Amino acid sequence: MRALTKKNILIFVGILLTFAIVQGLISVGIISSFHEITIALICINIIMAVSLNLITGFTGQFSLGHAGFMSIGAYVCALIIMRYDSTAGFLMGILAGALVATIVGILIGIPTLRLKGDYLAIATLGMAEIIRVVFLNLEITNGAAGLSGIPRHANWFWLFFFAVITVLTINNFIRSSHGRACISIREDEIAAESMGINTTKYKVMAFAIGAFFAGVGGALYASYFYFLKPNIFGFMKSIDILVIVVLGGLGSVTGSVVAAILLALLTTFLQAFTEIRMILYALLLVVIMIFRPQGLFGTKEINDFFKFRKKHERIE
Amino acid sequence: MPLLSVEKLTKSFGGLTAVSSVTMHIDKGELVGLIGPNGAGKTTLFNLLTGVYEPTSGSIKLHLPQEEQDKDGKVKTKVITKELGGLKPYNVTKAGLARTFQNIRLFKDLTVLDNVRIAMHQNIRYRLPSAFLHLNKFHNEEDRLVEEAEKLLDIFKLSHKKEELAKNLPYGEQRHLEIARALATKPVILLLDEPAAGMNPNETAELTETIEWIRKEFDLTILLIEHDMSLVMKICERIYVLDYGMLIASGKPAEIRTNKRVIEAYLGEEVSNA
Repeated sequence: MRALTKKNILIFVGILLTFAIVQGLISVGIISSFHEITIALICINIIMAVSLNLITGFTGQFSLGHAGFMSIGAYVCALIIMRYDSTAGFLMGILAGALVATIVGILIGIPTLRLKGDYLAIATLGMAEIIRVVFLNLEITNGAAGLSGIPRHANWFWLFFFAVITVLTINNFIRSSHGRACISIREDEIAAESMGINTTKYKVMAFAIGAFFAGVGGALYASYFYFLKPNIFGFMKSIDILVIVVLGGLGSVTGSVVAAILLALLTTFLQAFTEIRMILYALLLVVIMIFRPQGLFGTKEINDFFKFRKKHERIE
Repeated sequence: MPLLSVEKLTKSFGGLTAVSSVTMHIDKGELVGLIGPNGAGKTTLFNLLTGVYEPTSGSIKLHLPQEEQDKDGKVKTKVITKELGGLKPYNVTKAGLARTFQNIRLFKDLTVLDNVRIAMHQNIRYRLPSAFLHLNKFHNEEDRLVEEAEKLLDIFKLSHKKEELAKNLPYGEQRHLEIARALATKPVILLLDEPAAGMNPNETAELTETIEWIRKEFDLTILLIEHDMSLVMKICERIYVLDYGMLIASGKPAEIRTNKRVIEAYLGEEVSNA
C-alpha cells in the first residue's frame, strides 16, 4: 500500500495531534467559548480560501463570487437541518448544500468562463449578487429577516474534519494530472489547448470543485452560527476570502491555510474596532502588494521548504 | 494515399486573405518544409492546421491507417479519414498533430518535468476519483508518466534539469523542451514553427541532427517552417513556398533553389550559390 508511506503517516499523526491538543484545550477550558468562535472561523475560512485558491490561484480564473456559492451551501443546509434535526440530517445538509452549489457552479461556469480577467471577475461578482437577491426575495429563506434558530451540529470535531478533508482533497487534485491540466491553463491557455487539454472542461471542473467546497464551508457556517441572512454573503464576504488567498499566495494551499489562521486571529484582536477593520484589511493588502506581491508563500508549499533543506544537507 | 491532405484552404480576416486556396499534401514519414517571406501566411497556415483558427473555406483531412483483424485473423489496414478543419486545438492534438510555437510558449513557471507531464495528460489512464484519492492506480500511472517523461527529456539532454523551472533554461534548451513537450502528446505529425529561430550555427546544426533522429525514432512525419536555409535545404525532402498567402512553388530543395519565382519572392540571388 502506497498510502502507508512515512510522509503520509507523519501527516496523519500531525492531524490527530492538532485535533487532540485543541480538543484538550477546549475541555480544560483554556480556550473559552469566545475563542472557539475564532477557531470555527479559521476552519471555515480555510475551506473557503483553499477552494477559491483552486479557482483563482491554480486555474487562474479570477472569481469574485465565492460568497455566492457559500450562501447556497448555507441556506440549503440550514433548511434541511431545521427539518431533520439530527447528525444525519446535518451531514445530509452539508452534502446537499455542496451539491446544489456545484450544480449552480457548473451552470454559471459554462457561460461565464469564456470571459477572461476583469470581465470574468465582474460576471462572477454579478452572479453572487443575483444569488444574494434571490435569497433576499424567496419566502422559504424568510427574506431579509433571515433564518434563525438553526440547530447547532457543527462543533470543533466536524469543523476540523471538513477543513482537513477539503485541504487534502484539493491538494491531491492539484498534484494529479487533472490538476496539472488546470495549472497549465493559468500558465498559458493557448499552449495548454495545443497540448491536448480541453481548457473549457478543466476551467468548469475547477469552478465546480471550488463551488462544492464553498458549499461545504457555507453549510458549516449555517450550522455553527445558527443564524443566516443574505447580507452576510455580500460582496465584502467574497473580498474577505480573496484577501486570504492573495495574502497566502495565489497557487499555494499552505499559504491559504496560514493566511486564514493569521487573518482570523487579527480579526479577533481587532474585535473592538470593527470600523477600522476593513481599513486595516485594505492597508494590509496594499502593503503586501508592495513588498511581497506573490503573497506570503508565492506558489510554494510546506514540503518545498523541506526539500530545500535536504538539498543543503547533501551538499554539506 | 497521403497522411495529411489540404484542399483549397482559405482564411480571411475581414478583407485580408492571409491564406488563399492552399492545396498541399504530406506523405507518411516525409519531412516537409514551409518557407516564404515574413507575412506570407506560414504561421496562419499552421494555426489553421492545428485548430487555432477556423478555416474560411477548404478542408484539412488526416488519413490514418489503422490495422484491423477480420474474422479469419488476417490483419488488414484500413484508412480512417478525419476532417480537422473547424476542430478545437485539443481535438486536433488528440487526432495526432502536435506543434511548437514560433515565440516559445512553455509553461514558464512550472518545472521541466511538469511541462512534459501536462502534454501527456490526454493519454493518462486514471479518472477523476483517483485524482482526488491518490489510490494505487494513481501512483502506478504517475510513476509511468515520470518514467516516460524522463526518457523524452533524455533525448534532449534535459533530464538532469527536470526540477528546474522552464523559464530558467537557456534559450536553446527551451526550444528543445518545446519539441519534447510536443512529442509527449504522441503525435503522428509534428509541426515545428521556426525551431532554429535565434540559434547560432552550431546549435542549428545540432538541432538539425536531433530533428532527423526523432523522425526515425518516433516514426514521425514533420512539417516545419524555417528561415534558416542551411537547415531547410539540408533535411527537407520537399518544400512548399508561400507568398502573400498563396503557394508559389513546391518541390525538392534543388528545384526550389533554382525556381525563378522563389528567388524573386524570397531567396534572393546569393542563395543560389550556397
